[in-house]
Amino acid sequence: MSSAISMGDSHSEDHHHLGFIRTYIFSTDHKMIAKQFLVTSLLFLAIGGILAAMIRWQLGFPGQPLPFNLGAILPNTMAPGGIILPEFYNSLVTMHATFMVFFALMPLMAGVFGNLLIPLQIGADDMAFPRLNMLSFWITPVAGAVMLASFFVEGGAAGAGWTSYAPLSTSGEWTGVYMGQILWLVSLIILGFSSITGALNYVTTVIAMRAPGMTWFRIPLATWSLFITAWLLLLAIPILTGGLILLLFDQTIGTAFFRPEGSGEPLMWQHIFWFFGHPEVYILILPAMGFVSEVIANRSRKPVFGYHSMVVALVAIAFLGWIVWGHHMFQSGMNPFLGMSFMATTVVIAVPSAIKTFNWLGTLWKGDIHFDTPLLHAVSFVALFVVGGLSGIFLASAPVDIYLHDTYFIVAHLHYVLVGGSLFGIFAGITFWYPKIFGRMMNETLGKIHWTVSFITYNLAFFPMHNLGVQGMMRRIYDPNQYEFLQSLQSTNTFISKSVFVFAGIQIIFAINFLWSMKKGKKSGDNPWDSNGLEWTCPSPPPHGNFAEVPIVYRGPYEYSHPDREQDFWPQDEAPVDDLDGPEYTDPNESTESNDE
Amino acid sequence: MFVLGKNEKLISVTLLATLVVVGCGGGDSSDSAGSSSAASEATVMENPVDPSTAGNISGSVAFEGSAPAMDAIDMSGEQVCADKHSTAPMLQTVVVNDNGTLSNVFVYVKEGSAIEGMQFPTPSAALLDQDGCVYTPHVMGVMVDQEITIRNSDGLLHNINASPTEQRGFNTSQPFNMETSQDFGTPEVMVPLRCDVHGWMTAFVGVVNHPYHSVSDGSGGFSLSTLPEGDYVVEAWHEQYGTQAQTVTVTAGGTTDITFTFSADMANAVVPMRTPIDPHDHPLVTDHQ
Amino acid sequence: MNLSWLMPESVSTFGPALDNLYYVILWITGIVFVVTEVVLVYFIIKYRHKEGRKATYIEGSSKAEWIWTSATAVIVMALAIYSKGIWDTIRHPDMFPENAYELNVTAKQYEWNAAYAGSDGQLGTSDDIVSRNQVHVPVDQPVIVNLQSEDVIHSFFLPQLRVKHDAVPGRVWPIWFEATQTGEFPLACAELCGLGHYRMGGTLIVHSKEDFDIWLSEMQIEAEDDE
Repeated sequence: MSSAISMGDSHSEDHHHLGFIRTYIFSTDHKMIAKQFLVTSLLFLAIGGILAAMIRWQLGFPGQPLPFNLGAILPNTMAPGGIILPEFYNSLVTMHATFMVFFALMPLMAGVFGNLLIPLQIGADDMAFPRLNMLSFWITPVAGAVMLASFFVEGGAAGAGWTSYAPLSTSGEWTGVYMGQILWLVSLIILGFSSITGALNYVTTVIAMRAPGMTWFRIPLATWSLFITAWLLLLAIPILTGGLILLLFDQTIGTAFFRPEGSGEPLMWQHIFWFFGHPEVYILILPAMGFVSEVIANRSRKPVFGYHSMVVALVAIAFLGWIVWGHHMFQSGMNPFLGMSFMATTVVIAVPSAIKTFNWLGTLWKGDIHFDTPLLHAVSFVALFVVGGLSGIFLASAPVDIYLHDTYFIVAHLHYVLVGGSLFGIFAGITFWYPKIFGRMMNETLGKIHWTVSFITYNLAFFPMHNLGVQGMMRRIYDPNQYEFLQSLQSTNTFISKSVFVFAGIQIIFAINFLWSMKKGKKSGDNPWDSNGLEWTCPSPPPHGNFAEVPIVYRGPYEYSHPDREQDFWPQDEAPVDDLDGPEYTDPNESTESNDE
Repeated sequence: MFVLGKNEKLISVTLLATLVVVGCGGGDSSDSAGSSSAASEATVMENPVDPSTAGNISGSVAFEGSAPAMDAIDMSGEQVCADKHSTAPMLQTVVVNDNGTLSNVFVYVKEGSAIEGMQFPTPSAALLDQDGCVYTPHVMGVMVDQEITIRNSDGLLHNINASPTEQRGFNTSQPFNMETSQDFGTPEVMVPLRCDVHGWMTAFVGVVNHPYHSVSDGSGGFSLSTLPEGDYVVEAWHEQYGTQAQTVTVTAGGTTDITFTFSADMANAVVPMRTPIDPHDHPLVTDHQ
Repeated sequence: MNLSWLMPESVSTFGPALDNLYYVILWITGIVFVVTEVVLVYFIIKYRHKEGRKATYIEGSSKAEWIWTSATAVIVMALAIYSKGIWDTIRHPDMFPENAYELNVTAKQYEWNAAYAGSDGQLGTSDDIVSRNQVHVPVDQPVIVNLQSEDVIHSFFLPQLRVKHDAVPGRVWPIWFEATQTGEFPLACAELCGLGHYRMGGTLIVHSKEDFDIWLSEMQIEAEDDE
């Protein structure tokens, strides 16, 4: 705690006195760390996207050399003559998922928005442990460098899938990948410390550093969702790290935790992985739900419909997320009675998910909806999350999963949740809070072009994948045409690939808008969206220490279009007119309301 | 085109620099991972053996007893390959020739003080073809660092899974008609190769650090030529019948004839090859670095 | 482009029940999908910003929350109960059919090896008959397949029989099915197993009972000739 206190003291100083390196590189300011996370994770998102495009090239145009003479820069061990080899394809599949899940989506959710929003929305001057926070960021590029390096070692990058099922992942004997798999494991072990230190910070900050009056049920949903996510990170990442270390032992020093020769148990890896892996799915989607709630309420100028149910649903999803991992393993081999239990817990998750969806619809109902880019992305999130949620019901039903498991139906489902859901949620978040980060608005025309093309091509790319799955096309196969019964699907695959290329290409518009608006965007002012949250009461961008004086919170975050007011918003820290003698002070630490799971 | 703010620019530069450093660092290792450049250097090297003082060894591998019947390969699941064979292809574990000799025996100089420490030029690439879902040749010898051109003539997926014990193996695929170059940097008799897609496909590569190696042919014959005069231990290796060695004296300008004899009774011989084909019996491999 | 939501024709006894469950879920989710998306689009059009109109201040409705919570819960629990019956039929050890023909399927990178009892009528003995990438079974008779793997995890996928189960090294998982039609049907590997995964395919050959017996005895004779 001593570091927190000493940093707290330094906030009164002007941040320019800290010098260049402490301000821009080894910064302890949560907003600078959020920006650092934003830039790195967008770069990793781009890398993941390039890998995805190469996967889709092979599926859309199997056996044809990569376009633009890309083959010339790839070594013969990857793509001789520009034609992707099966082992390189497996590496592409593995690394695409690894970069997207661990290096793009997770840091975008927790690293960027956890850092940016938590202190600002609860009225704190910084994180509880600013130096730990700095460490949390600087671990990420190190882990990312190790992961990227694995492409260049003998044998290439890991190719056992992002799930790294044992025993395929336990020895290069099965894949030809020795060092690549070890680097994959080492990188994720390193990265785990970033998530754990970050999560520790978020949890502590939310519990201990809320401004006076910021009771649990006055916390904005973005911070609520990040708080719940932080708990998931704190509890789930150590499990993954433990499993990764055991797998590393199997790889390097000849233990047999997961290898059958020597009495190891391959299924044990799956249990460990998915015991982490399912909470991980919610780590990737819950924050987006928070951003979307925030954006929809603000842009509809209405309170969030059923704020309390929204919080309860978040907690319920996070709790249920721990007891459903077995549904990833229906066909892996388990007692059928256990399978039934996992099916029961899994379908129950539909309930809080439905609550959230209907509450978003309820928030739009009778609203005053402003079609700004953030709203378009937020509404897309709802529309696409519905698809991802409903396709989940097919997979939750164990008998139907017999047929659909490990087919493109799964690929469609998870991309509807993680791209249609998480990524559109992130776009909503970035476009909404961009003015707070950089003090300028993003260009609305470019924003709408980006949204329109993205939304259309996204659906053209991923919706037909459901059909591929129903026709029986397996996932992670290099060339479906090897199977006669899949040959008729080639035209669909080619169409999907073309749509993915447009979807990926249009992201350049976003990158241009992102960079251009930093310098040339319209100045935003403190509160461009007429929002209630505390983050909009400080300057854009907020100075070191955030608030000139500690804000006092009088009401919930979604008092939009209140009938008693002329204005259609009511900031959380605006003193009530009839209470000018002084606020009713509520010590957040004495709040009696229940909080976490 | 777009001007970044000062702080954003610095962040980006730092991060890009990190990536570039990683990229370059990795780039070096990818070069070393590529095919060895030893072959091109070696072409300028002179053969150190003076032909006027050198002699030859030639001979044949006899086989006694009744030749074991080899199983026919069931290629019905791989029509393209089945169509390439007019008669049902047989496993090549034991190939006894019509003249009662044994094919596919790897014969090489195991010891010889006359050639110890000598540096030999690396020969040009040796060819290993995959045609009709069988390896041609089934047994081959190469020098250390000599390129092996592995060719896929079937147009369907083969993988080449080499599992040596003295060095790092490789496991690469050839999904269509193509050629891949590989080489081994350490002497090893023998390196087993297999194709996991077609379980019957196996081949053996003998890797030695001199050119004195041969494989008995369709009439059982082999020859080792241009050896400096002196005494040598010559070994013959067969995948089923194990190894035999003979001491041979080579005289300048002369040809020494030798005969190895394998018999059907040797079927249970210990074959010196520490990595068996069956992955189940694999020893724990702990030194992947 | 094939954008069909219809399952391919099924040729196993439990196939139609599984397909029915799929279609029930397809109908329910289809209706929910259409209704939700239509409502969403209707709301954003109807309640779009107009000058002078203020949003209605509504904090929520516990009645609405109760309705959609309980409606969702009832539907998904009903689906779970419906699913349980079919799941038990396919997977519950007590429901495995008697008098089934039993064979072993052993997966390895990248082949399926099916083993049938030889002339001694016993599986796992030296006279077993092995066929590579071809699984021969009789029609209209339950078949139990003991799934094993020699190296990594593979997944035994018979799309048209609605069969899929992983073959896990170090374990034997029995699964069963009963084909209702003779003919040849694809067999695929559904779990990433290495560079040859995409082509680890084979054929399920469903014979009439007579043909199957003939095939088996021919193979037995062939095996004996070899010895």
